[in-house]
Amino acid sequence: MALKKFVVGCFEDEKVLFPAVAKVRKAGYKFHDIYTPFPVHGLDKAMGLRDTSIHTAGFLFGMIGTTTAVTFMTWVFTKDWPVNIGGKPNFALPAWIPITFELTVLCAAVGMVLTFCYICQLAPFVKKHTFHPRATDDLFVMVIECGEKTDEQELTTLLNSVGAQEVNTQVAEEGWWIGRYDQEQELYKEPNIA
Amino acid sequence: MIKQQFEISAGYKKWTNILLGVGGLALVLGIIFLGMSKEPIEQTRFWAVLLQNSVFFLLVVNASMFFICVTTMAHGGWQMAFRRVPEAISSVVPVFGLLTLIIFIAIVFGHRHDIYHWLDKEHVEHDPILKGKQAFLNPAFFMIWSVVAIGLWSFLGSKMRKLSSQADEQMDQETGRKYIIKNTAWAAAFLVAFGLTVGSTIPWLWLMSIDAHWYSTMYSWYTFASSFVAGMSLVALFVVYLKNRDYLEYVTEEHLHDIGKFMFAFSVFWTYLWYSQFMLIWYANIPEETIYFKPRMQGPYRVIFFLNLILNFAVPFLLLMRRGSKRNYTTIAALAVLIILGHWTDFYQMVMPGTLHEHYSLGWFEFGILALYAGLIMFFVGKGLAKKPLVAEHHPFLKESTIHHT
Repeated sequence: MALKKFVVGCFEDEKVLFPAVAKVRKAGYKFHDIYTPFPVHGLDKAMGLRDTSIHTAGFLFGMIGTTTAVTFMTWVFTKDWPVNIGGKPNFALPAWIPITFELTVLCAAVGMVLTFCYICQLAPFVKKHTFHPRATDDLFVMVIECGEKTDEQELTTLLNSVGAQEVNTQVAEEGWWIGRYDQEQELYKEPNIA
Repeated sequence: MIKQQFEISAGYKKWTNILLGVGGLALVLGIIFLGMSKEPIEQTRFWAVLLQNSVFFLLVVNASMFFICVTTMAHGGWQMAFRRVPEAISSVVPVFGLLTLIIFIAIVFGHRHDIYHWLDKEHVEHDPILKGKQAFLNPAFFMIWSVVAIGLWSFLGSKMRKLSSQADEQMDQETGRKYIIKNTAWAAAFLVAFGLTVGSTIPWLWLMSIDAHWYSTMYSWYTFASSFVAGMSLVALFVVYLKNRDYLEYVTEEHLHDIGKFMFAFSVFWTYLWYSQFMLIWYANIPEETIYFKPRMQGPYRVIFFLNLILNFAVPFLLLMRRGSKRNYTTIAALAVLIILGHWTDFYQMVMPGTLHEHYSLGWFEFGILALYAGLIMFFVGKGLAKKPLVAEHHPFLKESTIHHT
């Protein structure tokens, strides 16, 4: 757990947001994240985020499912308890495909969801700092992380000049905590509006 | 420089002529050495290869009109940037339809029971199964329904293409709205016709009746999936070709990505149907059903049978899975060629075991006719592309396509 300083700029329109993102990025500031009320196409590219690796994870989870299904059924039907079913060979691959498929999909899907939740730090009772309550409603909230050398004044001026409706500085918990939102009061200092 | 009007380049013409020349030579040699041969098996080879290729390529070019109508019905706009490409491909349907009909006339009225053994009237009299199917499997119904099907595809397809030409001219909001409704109605008509033909009866008549004793309820969808994924691959090939020649200014990686998704998804869909058909027969193990897979899986067609699965499932599945490969012009083009060849092989193993049995061959004539049809596609699609501007500049949905994003 560590408290960090963030500069938060709020935008009311996607059309204003995109040029603003480009300018802030060009100025060399580091995005903590941009919170939007709905998925915005192309924002990840504009922010310079790399492609997600969740597909690769999904593929690997799927492979785990495939291998589990095939090896387990092979062991059961050929080693552990061979049964003659309709005169079929004990190693009856065509009959196993549906189960292999299901287990592949199940492992890939559940694995990807859990990985996604882990990466996004989403779980029951896990709380994270909300930078602006309207981020889930109608406001595009750009959060920029302040380093040691970041000049808040300059950044605030920049955000105002690129069309932010509201700019403030927040010192907040970066990670997650378990508990209730009222506990956040201890971790959250009043914004010192410049 | 972005060009709006496709001009057939010298290189394109050269390759078309080479393919047509090779194919024409193969056809002439085929007529002399196979078609007019004293050996009955050589004659069977001649007609079986012509049947396989004409049916396959007819269904493939028709699949692109299916694609247009499905996206039109769904009020999709993303395909508008390259819609004239499947349109040009579908304009080959009347030509290939005519070729197929000529071959059918020769087979049916030439009483070639080596291809369709239900044509043999005397044999049918002593065959209770074929006698039971006589209401469906008889020369008159076969020919009439084939003519009706090909006529419907050609007519409704040309109607859709004509409607598309209207979007070259300026239209206001009200005419645009009416235009979309009209398009949707004709697309719906095509889809109904398509469902009653390619989705059910036509593969039964043209392909499944080769093994007339055997039947499978999966067969038509399986054939449709085969032709549709090959059809999408053909669209992808032409889109990549045109993009490389600086045409199709609005087409970006995003459109290619979606075409790639179609190729990927329908490869999986094909496998799903292939497997559903195979697994039930394998599991039940009833002789009258397994007879279909016996020569294919354990007999002389073993290699082609498994090659079919590798080419049409394993390769596209593994190589097209990554997002990057669906957005790459080279991988898409290479896989499109592979998928078309793969499904050509699929049709090969649908037709040959029932006609040539163990005497099959995969030699100069088979690949020659393949080259002939490839040349015909290049020739007629090139002409179709050159006929109109490549983008319907005033189509109400064009904007949606230009800003398309996956």
